[in-house]
Amino acid sequence: MSAPRIGVLALQGDVREHVATLTAAGASASRVRRPAELDAVDALVVPGGESTTMGKLLVTFDLLEPLQKRVRDGMPVFGSCAGMILLADRVLDGTSDQVGIGGLDVTVRRNAFGRQVESFEEDLAFDGIDDGPVHAVFIRAPWVEEIGEDVVPLARISDGAAAGKIVAVRHGPLLATSFHPELTGDARIHQLFVQMVRGAI
Amino acid sequence: MSSDHEIGTARVKRGMAEMLKGGVIMDVVTAEQAKIAEDAGAVAVMALERVPADIRAEGGVSRMSDPDMIDGIVKAVSIPVMAKCRIGHFVEAQVLQALGVDYIDESEVLTPADYTHHVDKWQFTVPFVCGATNLGEALRRLAEGAARIRSKGEAGTGDVSNAVTHMRAIRGEINRLRTLSPDELYVAAKELQAPYELVREVAERGSLPVVLFTAGGIATPADAAMMMQLGADGVFVGSGIFKSGDPAKRARAIVEATTMHDDPGVVAKVSRGLGEAMVGITVDSLPVSHRLAERGW
Repeated sequence: MSAPRIGVLALQGDVREHVATLTAAGASASRVRRPAELDAVDALVVPGGESTTMGKLLVTFDLLEPLQKRVRDGMPVFGSCAGMILLADRVLDGTSDQVGIGGLDVTVRRNAFGRQVESFEEDLAFDGIDDGPVHAVFIRAPWVEEIGEDVVPLARISDGAAAGKIVAVRHGPLLATSFHPELTGDARIHQLFVQMVRGAI
Repeated sequence: MSSDHEIGTARVKRGMAEMLKGGVIMDVVTAEQAKIAEDAGAVAVMALERVPADIRAEGGVSRMSDPDMIDGIVKAVSIPVMAKCRIGHFVEAQVLQALGVDYIDESEVLTPADYTHHVDKWQFTVPFVCGATNLGEALRRLAEGAARIRSKGEAGTGDVSNAVTHMRAIRGEINRLRTLSPDELYVAAKELQAPYELVREVAERGSLPVVLFTAGGIATPADAAMMMQLGADGVFVGSGIFKSGDPAKRARAIVEATTMHDDPGVVAKVSRGLGEAMVGITVDSLPVSHRLAERGW
């Protein structure tokens, strides 16, 4: 079976880490900055970075509408951190001109855990990954405040001030995490996404 | 808190810098400028009292900004806010951390507070970026706990030549390390005046273990695109935006040129109709004592 072609939106952010982790997970990874590059992939990762910057550049470089159409047509997309914000249908604490791709029926709160001095890492149980917890790195991260009825929560903060907050979800072909699995060298969440893509194509 | 919940780790500090890659960080002196930068697509703003061109023009001792001014900028925007402390001024750094800034630049643009020591950056939860003119300097800053490096360039000039020199020096020395045999790395560490472990890590990876930004003299979209093609992970623009004729338009153009740095068609398109660039001064014409890149060791 040939490797699925998965693009990484490469307007800004930690693109290199997603390309490396997707490759380790068995995908054929490429960078996407232009509509023709989007046309050439089966699925997309929206990386970590600054969601307001990526949103503006999606419009500037004529990617927003083609990307929204692909999402409506069922293309699998995985978003981490800023990627989760861009996929969310509703964003709290965004800018007045915040641009999103949408499609993921959730409400997320931007920078929900606080500023950089409160950024953290910890272990999380992740539904669908049974061989031990995922070590999750949260950087000025969002969390999910509300989910639509078709959305499945996959991970929550276990204790502390944010106990119970949802930090990973799946909604059909869309997968999103508040944290950055691409930063730890653990490819299991990317493998999960590659399996979703194989199932869809 | 979960027992394994950790803040201020090297991974969290370096990871924050990874999220800024491919982006532009803009110097701002007011909340209004910060808003213009955010609207233009900046990935972060650097809050300071005077941009380098004014520090250069006005002279005197240049220090950390007023906390009220930093607070005003933190409240005005939702993107990360950085601020500068003087080289070696660990109390200014403590104050900036207490104010909740997202990244500290221990910067040669301000007047150094200590001509021997830099800040011990491992003692902080907030991450630091430091300037470097060559690989040895970059690795000494990493040994002190910096989580990101920026090539220094010559701030406040609008002359990109030193940014180019420093970026080429760092990249060239990394490439040289890759060609050395393991036993030669001991002498390389001695020559670089940097810890052997870091030298070996760079030789094995073929890159720094942290993100490498560029700074100092970048004034046009083509400047930013050139620095990205030379291997920068992202761009700081200081005086280049708010000392120009149309800051909002130039800011946006530099953001777009940074993303599409390898596409001359885009760089050409965004370079049109930007109005006056900042009035530059060539680095050559500056007396050595006025060259900021000479600060830090």
